[in-house]
Amino acid sequence: MSGERARTGALPITAEQPTTGTLPNTAEQPTTGTLPSTAEQLIRAAAPTPVLEIRGLRLAFQGEERRTVALDGIDLVIAPGEAVGVVGETGCGKTVTGLAAMRLLPASARLTADVLQFDGRDLLTLDDGALRRIRGAEVAMIFQNPTSAFNPVFTIGAQMADVLAAHDRERGDAARERIRIVMASVGMPDVERVMRAYPHQLSGGMLQRAMIATALLCRPRLIIADEPTTALDVTIAAQILALLRRLQLDEGFSVMLITHDLGVVRRVCDRVAVLYAGRVVESATTEALFAAPQHPYTRGLLAAVPRTSASSGPLQTIPGSVPTDIGSITGCAFAPRCPVVQDRCRAEAPWLRDLEPARAAACHFPGVSVVSA
Amino acid sequence: MSTAVQGGTLSAPLVRLSGLVKEYPAYVAGRGNVTIRAVDRVDLDIAPGEAYGLVGESGSGKTTLARCLLRLVDTTAGRIEVAGQDVTNATGAGLRALRREMQVVFQDPVGSLDPRSRVADVVAEPLRTHLRLGAKEIEARVLTLLDEVGLGRTFLGRRAHELSGGQCQRVAIARAVALRPRLLVLDEPTSALDVSVQAQILNLLADLRREHGLTYLLISHDLGVVRYLCDRIGVMYLGRIVEQGPAARTMAAPTHPYTQALLASRPSVDGVEGVALVRGEPPSLTDPPPGCSFHPRCWLRAELGDPDRCVDEPPDLRVLAPGVTAACHFAPATPTTDHAPVPR
Repeated sequence: MSGERARTGALPITAEQPTTGTLPNTAEQPTTGTLPSTAEQLIRAAAPTPVLEIRGLRLAFQGEERRTVALDGIDLVIAPGEAVGVVGETGCGKTVTGLAAMRLLPASARLTADVLQFDGRDLLTLDDGALRRIRGAEVAMIFQNPTSAFNPVFTIGAQMADVLAAHDRERGDAARERIRIVMASVGMPDVERVMRAYPHQLSGGMLQRAMIATALLCRPRLIIADEPTTALDVTIAAQILALLRRLQLDEGFSVMLITHDLGVVRRVCDRVAVLYAGRVVESATTEALFAAPQHPYTRGLLAAVPRTSASSGPLQTIPGSVPTDIGSITGCAFAPRCPVVQDRCRAEAPWLRDLEPARAAACHFPGVSVVSA
Repeated sequence: MSTAVQGGTLSAPLVRLSGLVKEYPAYVAGRGNVTIRAVDRVDLDIAPGEAYGLVGESGSGKTTLARCLLRLVDTTAGRIEVAGQDVTNATGAGLRALRREMQVVFQDPVGSLDPRSRVADVVAEPLRTHLRLGAKEIEARVLTLLDEVGLGRTFLGRRAHELSGGQCQRVAIARAVALRPRLLVLDEPTSALDVSVQAQILNLLADLRREHGLTYLLISHDLGVVRYLCDRIGVMYLGRIVEQGPAARTMAAPTHPYTQALLASRPSVDGVEGVALVRGEPPSLTDPPPGCSFHPRCWLRAELGDPDRCVDEPPDLRVLAPGVTAACHFAPATPTTDHAPVPR
């Protein structure tokens, strides 16, 4: 809805844009989306439509007694052919962001957004039939646990054929041929045997290949991969990540890679969004983020990773733990743990704002690593 | 942290495994009952005060080795000694006394605490089991222990579900050090934790070791964690230790092609170390390859034109540099100090 936010994405918008998106008060934000300015309309006409555009995404779960806020204004734009990493610790909202993008949330979820569009279509207003046609076909998902993602009582081949049938694609021999082609593209050994196999007969690595193959069946525009290698051993994880990256570059689909592991992001993503307490706190190209992280949380995360190279002295830690009640936070959610916190941080929540093109941070004092006296 | 290295030669080892073998029965469709060898003839000495890290992928036998050492399972063959005492055949009072000397911290912080017990009782349990102490003395010790792991008096009455993962792991660590054991077995102690919390727990473990002169056997799939806490590491593959050496040196200049692949496969936050793709998957323990068990996946063997020796003859551990041993026929005897060559 605003240029300020758009600039965090792939759109080449610069500083003259209106800054309505930076309003610090979340309550007054319109949830219907305002009309874009003329300048933005012009820019949008020139730029390709993002595959996924999320602006001001808020999500709460309504329980019997209380409401739990999960997302507090997520902004995330994924361009065609781009691999974007969504990184954060437990409870930061990375998985529900992926689920929200597929509208796969339970009935207790209260979802609002300024913009929630897939390929220019408004996901908030699409009916169930339209959503079903998108899910599994245009947007596919790869889950963390390949063993539980497949139905244990059907063969891999039958489950893959089901996907094609559900989306009115190939059937019968044509379906089997399509499955063979996709299986070959993911480097599956012994394709005929795997198609006849039940999930328990395959290793985790083989199942994850099969899941990627299933995701590719209908030639998706976007693959959402939620911790795709976390359950796998390191040598197998490296194979799977390399495979995902190769396929993404060859076939041109976009990837949203949800992970807690910054090393995984560094390996496969073009751009990174770091989440904390239901918001994007930093967004940048992978190269820029790792070269010079601007948000103190990002810096803390990177410093806390034990290295295999020379180590001396204790590891840097982030004191305290992730806040559990996001809804009640005033000021910056990271302020209680921040090494460079100032008075302003406790009073006023920083919005995600641009520091330079294609780089944004939600911090009043980005890049500050030492508290001045 | 460096005091331990000398121990291997100067003083008697605290832990000595000789020819340790652990087999399990298994059923394989089409073949019937078979025996799988989870740990295969492992020799290992750990000096008093040393921190030794075992790395390897699932099924490599690292957890089974630790379970044998703790006598949670009986061994099939070989001998285990802790502080000169035979663990393998210990029974009754002798085994109880040994258990005071070796304690364990498991991976799942919440699952390793009794959900119905208060923190005070969790930490007091080993004291009540092994020592005759009055209630006042126990309470005082529990408070000291909680303080050591960074938890205050307010935690005494809480139960596991009221704690975060990191706090649960602190309680588990307090329970493990309650009896002032000499050996602590840490089985993936931080892999269920977020990275910022992991760093806190790793620092705590490093501090405790320094303060109490503890000996660690750390099991982890994360080479960074092992590098941070350990003096020496052993790399396991299919039940055997295939490389062993000082942690710093092994990470900087690994000699075994499997160790090199592990390091290169690790997604590093400091940049791509080399996209080394080991071919295929780890073989099944029910059907281990002949010769060197790594040969079907070995990039070095492929580079050398697939020599027969890797298939015909299982490699023994050989000394490749001071303190460095590796089980590979072709690993160079004088590894460079540069980073490992990147296999393709």
